[in-house]
Amino acid sequence: MAKTLFDKIWDAHVVAPVNGGSEVLYIDRQFIHEVTSPQAFDGLAKRGLPVLRPEKTVATADHNVPTANQHLPIKEALSRFQVDKLTENCEKFGVQLYGLGHAYHGIVHVIGPELGITKPGMTIVCGDSHTSTHGAFGCIAFGIGTSQVEQVLASQCLVLKRPKRMRITIDGELSPGVLSKDIILYIISKLTASGGTGHFVEYAGSAIRALSMEARMTVCNMSIEMGARGGMIAPDEKTFEYVKGKKFAPTGAAYEEALAHWKTLYTDEDAVFDTEYHYNAEDIEPMLTYGTNPGMGIKISEQIPMVAKVDNPTTYKKSLDYMGLKEGESLLGKEVNYVFIGSCTNSRIEDLRLVANYVSGKQKADNVYAMIVPGSKLVEDQVKAEGLDKIFRAAGFDFREPGCSACLGMNEDKVPKGEYCVSTSNRNFEGRQGPGARTILASPLMAAATAINGKIVDVRKNLN
Amino acid sequence: MEKFSTIISSAVPLPIEEVDTDQIIPARFLKATTREGFGDNLFRDWRYHADDSPKEDFILNNPVYQGQVLVAGKNFGCGSSREHAAWAIHDYGFKVVVSSFFADIFRGNSLNNGLLPVQVSADFLHEIFTAIETDPNTQLKVDLQAQRITIVATGASEQFDIDPYKKMCLSEGYDDIDYLLSQKSKIEEFENQQVAW
Ligand code: SF4
Repeated sequence: MAKTLFDKIWDAHVVAPVNGGSEVLYIDRQFIHEVTSPQAFDGLAKRGLPVLRPEKTVATADHNVPTANQHLPIKEALSRFQVDKLTENCEKFGVQLYGLGHAYHGIVHVIGPELGITKPGMTIVCGDSHTSTHGAFGCIAFGIGTSQVEQVLASQCLVLKRPKRMRITIDGELSPGVLSKDIILYIISKLTASGGTGHFVEYAGSAIRALSMEARMTVCNMSIEMGARGGMIAPDEKTFEYVKGKKFAPTGAAYEEALAHWKTLYTDEDAVFDTEYHYNAEDIEPMLTYGTNPGMGIKISEQIPMVAKVDNPTTYKKSLDYMGLKEGESLLGKEVNYVFIGSCTNSRIEDLRLVANYVSGKQKADNVYAMIVPGSKLVEDQVKAEGLDKIFRAAGFDFREPGCSACLGMNEDKVPKGEYCVSTSNRNFEGRQGPGARTILASPLMAAATAINGKIVDVRKNLN
Repeated sequence: MEKFSTIISSAVPLPIEEVDTDQIIPARFLKATTREGFGDNLFRDWRYHADDSPKEDFILNNPVYQGQVLVAGKNFGCGSSREHAAWAIHDYGFKVVVSSFFADIFRGNSLNNGLLPVQVSADFLHEIFTAIETDPNTQLKVDLQAQRITIVATGASEQFDIDPYKKMCLSEGYDDIDYLLSQKSKIEEFENQQVAW
């Protein structure tokens, strides 16, 4: 029978059926971090259980870590305690930790792929909703809660109900200045923040195939922002090339064997999806959000929708009030004082190369504080090897050390109350970047252009 | 996990849609390493001013509304996977959340913590909001066995769905780990057949 890519991978991981239609699903890899794991280890300890397969879990400290002076002890007591707890738990339970100071340290969804831990056909989980990032390799990867982190530690399995399948096809060619971040912001603006709920998404079409692996990760990363359980892209030559030679990728005969398997990972021609959407890449422009969820997005040429046009006016008005924006307004020309380039959505080397290329020889506007936070130590090293850090500094940007940083404002990197921040991260929720902060989500190019101009501009009009 | 049985209680209405888990419990309160105590910071930034004084107009600060049931607008619990959101709601004293639509991860997290997500139709949700607006003491009955939620005064009721396995777990106070540990031999058998990565 014709199968979707999703079903091929899922079926290959079913350990046993459970009464009522759920299944026990085997998990190939779990990533953990300091915020959503302590209670899970605690639970194990209380039950007197070991980690069943410690070699299948990899840990990093990313959410809570400072992005300056990482060689010094963490100043903030609670953050330090949480990071220490992770170290202690990893030692006690035999889990590999890429903590602060380690050459492989970084944001969990950046390090998995760059180390070759993430490979096609795997099931991958993490106590973090952006685990869908790994789906770019043709994986079933999704975020879980702490109780489930504990379950995977204890049994390497989860009890799950198979989600529905959705395919989103984007055909055509992106215009210059339009990035994969714009594709996903565009999709979410069409489907809303809940449009994907209950589904696992496969992204397909010529515009997706044309993307690099890193750009594909940006698309899959934000699948959760439309409520989807995860997102995936069938692996192809680009995927195989990307994985090849990575630190933990198979080599020699093992690589050839894996490759033969990876090549079977695609959706069969006649496979049926529960839901399908089609869009044209030509219709996509640089995107911006204006509200307090990622579904509230518009093209740069559009105006903020009128209250009369939406179906939840109370929630909508609350959102615009929080953002200090008005219906019918355009975001073009809006003065912005903060720019954040980073997060598991857009902090990989390609993102930073794009930014460096754009800001090279320019100066940030005086009103702007702009920070660039690499996704990992390896990205940071690469930036330095290519001399991009010098370009950033010359342009007046603050180039920092890796971590989640202002994506969620758990460390000291916060946006002050009432200030606008054009951010390459993935969430514009109230207070996400600090209490009262107003987040406008955009691509790395749009963020760079905002920093240079001190206000929002259409990056297509001043590309290098 | 404690066993879940039938609940009859008044409810707290939160007629806002797309309530994300960053609102339920902001990231800066996720630094604890235990599951307890998150209820104090439930809806922190909607509930308190920056100086920690309560915001009078927020529903949790209005003594008229009490109870073990939280009733909220659609797409409740979207965003971050933080289970701390379910812990905070449960720790505050809620046993049930009613909405016309739940985000997937939040739904799962709730079920793993003895907090029952009850999904009702948009019409019935509206009916509940109206009933509470008319009488803040409106009693709701949530019967897990019968999978039914009832507005006691009017008798209006609606059936709700729950996965049979999860229903069993909730009513018996079991959790997935108990179940998964019982599957150990099957898991090992699976591992022996699986190609090594
Ligand atoms: S960068 Fe942001 S979204 Fe990504 S894992 Fe860190 S906190 Fe989560």
